[in-house]
Amino acid sequence: MIKRILLLILTITFISANAQIEKELPAKPVPAKLVVDYTNTLAPDQKEALERKLVAFDDSTSTQIAVVLVETTGDRDIADYAVALGRAWGIGNKEFNNGILLLVAKNDRKIWIATGYGLEGALPDILAKRIIENEIKPNFKGSDFYRGLDEGTDAIISATKGEYDAPDNYGRRKGGDKRSVPGIFIILIVVIILSIFRRRGGGGGAGGLLFFPMGGLGHGGGSSSGSSGFGGFGGGSFGGGGAGGDW
Amino acid sequence: MSTRNIVLIVIGGLILLLGGCGCSGYNGLVQMDQNVKGKWANVESDYQRRSDLIPNLVNTVKGAADFEKSTLEAVVNARAQATQTKIDVTNLSPEKVAEFQKAQSQLSGAIGRLLVTMEKYPELKATDAFRDLQSQLEGTENRIKVSRNDFNSAVQEYNTSVKKFPMVLFSGMFGFKEKGFFAAEAGAEKAPTVDFNK
Repeated sequence: MIKRILLLILTITFISANAQIEKELPAKPVPAKLVVDYTNTLAPDQKEALERKLVAFDDSTSTQIAVVLVETTGDRDIADYAVALGRAWGIGNKEFNNGILLLVAKNDRKIWIATGYGLEGALPDILAKRIIENEIKPNFKGSDFYRGLDEGTDAIISATKGEYDAPDNYGRRKGGDKRSVPGIFIILIVVIILSIFRRRGGGGGAGGLLFFPMGGLGHGGGSSSGSSGFGGFGGGSFGGGGAGGDW
Repeated sequence: MSTRNIVLIVIGGLILLLGGCGCSGYNGLVQMDQNVKGKWANVESDYQRRSDLIPNLVNTVKGAADFEKSTLEAVVNARAQATQTKIDVTNLSPEKVAEFQKAQSQLSGAIGRLLVTMEKYPELKATDAFRDLQSQLEGTENRIKVSRNDFNSAVQEYNTSVKKFPMVLFSGMFGFKEKGFFAAEAGAEKAPTVDFNK
């Protein structure tokens, strides 16, 4: 019985780690955040200011603009990487696909704005390119990363402002139960395993097992940050729209 | 219970089991088939988008007085050929998809050569019209790449199911044939580079 359960868990992990590029992507931040800096470029107050602005925009329009800074995209083309990351994190809403990912690969000196399917009209590639050339690049060249990102996101916001309105109750989803089905499934398995161990009176080995599925749980996307924080990504998808540049 | 009865029950059970597998497998295949068709529609519309950009490209380039006519004509001809090669979505056989891919990759090659030729015309590259066109072309190539990948994974899922037991027993009967996908082209798996900043 236990063997079978373990096998099941292994299978699940394999399925979720299936797509190759996903392995190279950074894990979704827990709790969910719209501004994620893996390069420690931005100061904490700068990150917070950007986050606040983008969360407010998400709250009023449901359009999710994520800003992600990584060291490098490795062998991957930054455009491919951005699409994969946007899809993996599910930036934007599932229904509208209204997510935007502003990705910076700092050591590669490359920028990419990936546009979700639903915003390709409001933010066509030409405009994305202009925002990079006019707002972002000049600031990045002067190493003023915060200003580049701030002005860049301002420009994206003004382009996408009228496109979507947040549905009713959108603000209230925060802290709500957004756990995905696999998350529930994993909880169930943990409960079963625990009950088996308890019945046998040997809880010694359970600790290690418990730790492992918890990683998967975070991946399931349950976010219960405070009422003022970001409500979590909505499962939006990307189709290769957007533009890039280097500085 | 006699052995005969047991044998009958076992056979009956097997038939039920296989039938059940066949039914759920059939429904699964119908769904996957629809998925493949949907993904194909995206592929087609992305290629169409590129095709629509070409008159624009041609007009922009024509502006440069002494532009080499032969490269321009190659693009126009390849576009005409690519537009002609249409596939019926109900017959996405490996041959058909390969044919489609061939026509489109000829167009990719012609566009690529045109863009290389443009390197010789710095005054053309500096115009706003050309810059806009460049980002549109780049975005279109990226969309094509994504929709082709999505189509390929949908086909892979479908083909695997068609060939797997027990569906392999039924797929021929129900007319589920193996579908074609985009093969990686030598040196062309990357979208043609439309980068002029260098």
